[in-house]
Amino acid sequence: MSTATTAIKPVMPARHYLNDNYGIRSWLLTKDHKRIAVLYLVSITFFFFMGGLFAALIRLELLTPAGDLFTSDTYNKLFSMHGINMVFFFLVPSIPATLGNFVLPIMLGAKDLAFPKINLLSWYIYIFAGFFSLAVMVSGGVDTGWTFYTPLSSGFLRTHVALMAVGIIFAGFSSIFTGLNFIVTVHRMRAPGLTWGRLPLFVWSNYATSLIMVLATPVLAITLILLAMERTFHIGVFDPRYGGDPVLFQHMFWFYSHPAVYIMILPGMGVISELVTCFSRKRVFGYSFVAFSSIAIAVFGFLVWAHHMFVAGISQYSAMVFSLLSMAVAIPSAVKIFNWTATMYKGSISLDTPMLYALGFMGLFTIGGLTGVMLAALGMDVHIHDTYFVIAHFHYVMVGGMVSAYLGGLHFWWPKITGRMYPEAPAKLAAIITFIGFNLTFFPQFILGYLGMPRRYHAYPPEFQVLNVLSSAGASVLAVAFLMPAIYFLWSLKYGPIAGDNPWKATGLEWETSSPPPTHNFHEVPVVTTDPYHYGSDQEVTVVH
Amino acid sequence: MSTSQTTTTDHHPALVHQFDSMEQQKAASTFGMWVFLLTEIMMFGGLFAAYLIYRIKYYPAFVAGSTSISVSWGFANTLVLIASSLTMAMAVWAAQKGKRSYQIWFILGTMILGSVFLGIKAKEYYDKWDECHVPGHVIGKGFNAWGGCSVQNPGLGNIADEIQKHAHDSGTIVPEASAIQTAKQTEIFFSFYFLMTGLHAFHMIIGMGLMTWLLLRARRGEFGPAYYTPVELGGLYWHFVDIVWIYLFPLLYLISRHKGAA
Repeated sequence: MSTATTAIKPVMPARHYLNDNYGIRSWLLTKDHKRIAVLYLVSITFFFFMGGLFAALIRLELLTPAGDLFTSDTYNKLFSMHGINMVFFFLVPSIPATLGNFVLPIMLGAKDLAFPKINLLSWYIYIFAGFFSLAVMVSGGVDTGWTFYTPLSSGFLRTHVALMAVGIIFAGFSSIFTGLNFIVTVHRMRAPGLTWGRLPLFVWSNYATSLIMVLATPVLAITLILLAMERTFHIGVFDPRYGGDPVLFQHMFWFYSHPAVYIMILPGMGVISELVTCFSRKRVFGYSFVAFSSIAIAVFGFLVWAHHMFVAGISQYSAMVFSLLSMAVAIPSAVKIFNWTATMYKGSISLDTPMLYALGFMGLFTIGGLTGVMLAALGMDVHIHDTYFVIAHFHYVMVGGMVSAYLGGLHFWWPKITGRMYPEAPAKLAAIITFIGFNLTFFPQFILGYLGMPRRYHAYPPEFQVLNVLSSAGASVLAVAFLMPAIYFLWSLKYGPIAGDNPWKATGLEWETSSPPPTHNFHEVPVVTTDPYHYGSDQEVTVVH
Repeated sequence: MSTSQTTTTDHHPALVHQFDSMEQQKAASTFGMWVFLLTEIMMFGGLFAAYLIYRIKYYPAFVAGSTSISVSWGFANTLVLIASSLTMAMAVWAAQKGKRSYQIWFILGTMILGSVFLGIKAKEYYDKWDECHVPGHVIGKGFNAWGGCSVQNPGLGNIADEIQKHAHDSGTIVPEASAIQTAKQTEIFFSFYFLMTGLHAFHMIIGMGLMTWLLLRARRGEFGPAYYTPVELGGLYWHFVDIVWIYLFPLLYLISRHKGAA
């Protein structure tokens, strides 16, 4: 930022949500969506580093072709717990529960979410589920993979499958409550003048995410209940010994878990829409297309689950239909990428840290998305099914896409959350190191997978070693890149320069209140009179008071 | 930027800070309840879908299993639940009209009918346990090849015998091997019988908890024409659970009954 020379030096507001009251009780019993967002931020960061620890151990094992560091059983537990931790305790809640919880009500001009107690309850359920699962991991863990396929999970393994299912069911309820809260808040609590066509795109994408959370998560709950019942009481549901059909489990599991990957990526897309417009100083290109592509992704997301099952023995005709529908998801995703690119065209682009993450997202998500189309093709999928190609594809979308967007959004709204700026130079460096480390980690995995290295093995033929060493080296670079923000964000809490209400000169109601905002978000109920992203007009920034 | 002054004519004690008016609060709460019921539909929907798959796959076994459960108790329970929906609706009406003693009596009536339902359900479960129709050997006594207790008590709950008897009555012959095969497959019917009615009963128990909470609040006189949302939303939940049963009853108790399977 080059605005340090502006005449008025920004000051912290006297009263804001962080100093409204003090003490551990004021945090643990808070009903303020902003404080709950901070609680989520801290806990999610913890689980992110736990999942990262498991990933580090996996990459350490794969440095050498021989399975010399862990036994195959331990390795099975490591990748299972990496997946469970990252998917259910980081990726699913990440942006909605932290950034969404914080800015969504403010973007709507509301005093809080519709149901603050349920919001707090969702955090408690998340924490209970998280530590319950962590206890299960410590006391033996699970080795099914995060997918819990039957009959392996229901009958054969002697690990804590049922207990882990309980933990995940609870995590699911926490995300249902968040989704429910968002949907009701968006419908019923918008400020005067804030029509649907004026909603920020971050709200649209979180709304689409919430629809999936509310509609898909209950199916995961019942699936895991059935699995736990079968495993505990030996009643017939999925196990062929009792006449059950194990493929039915896959159908029911992916009915949640495929839409769930859109739970993970859609909020990230919402963040990118905010970043690209702000740092290009332009209105978003094709607002309604970007908005409705979120809804389209949510709807298509429910119709593609069986593309995970092309080699599970489903009929060729249904496989063809699912293949075609899976490719159709590329259309709304491409709409987003093209519209962001068109937004940047002839914009006055500034390469601040959030924008660096946004650019990283656009490149990496495109690679992740296009390899997704390759995987949706029937013939291709049979060849590279269950190889590192799938791992690389998934991580390009989830780490290259989602984590980039999450970090970009965190940098973007950090001054709003804390009232202070993070240090720009190390932040830019971290963004660049993330990009380099990420590509070094996961691009070799595309090649490994294409050459035929299967996933979930702790030993591999020696000819794969070079690429695996590259990947492990990249992982250590990535670890540094993720540790850096943790350090300078903490530093900035005390030493960061005061940010002021709107350090980015961005549009949106969240920038019209003070940084950090007061407990009830606004001193006066805001009235919206313009479309979102009115960058480039004369009254670029409207001031409330 | 201008400000809009929201006019709240009466600041009701139940109005929470994030809402501007009681109307907005009621609309948000009601909408939230409907979204929650949507999640419930999806949860039961997953179970119903799994049921449907196996019902198609093992249709004769599902007929045999369905025939072995008591349609009269199931029908009685259906009537009890419909009656409880009536008392629930009356409780909402009483809350709207601010009639406190009616609220209390109708909520109590709903709870009594709910308990009768759970009591009858427990009796049915006990019968199934007695006939060795509880699947799995962990809580059940074990499902033998004939689908009954033929070792300990020959004839009790023996589904293979029943299949042969019904076939004989309608003038056809089912070989013993095929009858035993079908009897074994009824285990999966009983899995779904217990899972579906069990999940439903679990929702009934939660409903009873909700009713207790509403009863305490109604006794304190909290509900009246200006504020009766909790009673209305409790009612929505109660009716939803009833409707689930309205689907469960034919799906579990009435398979092929019209074809004379007694």
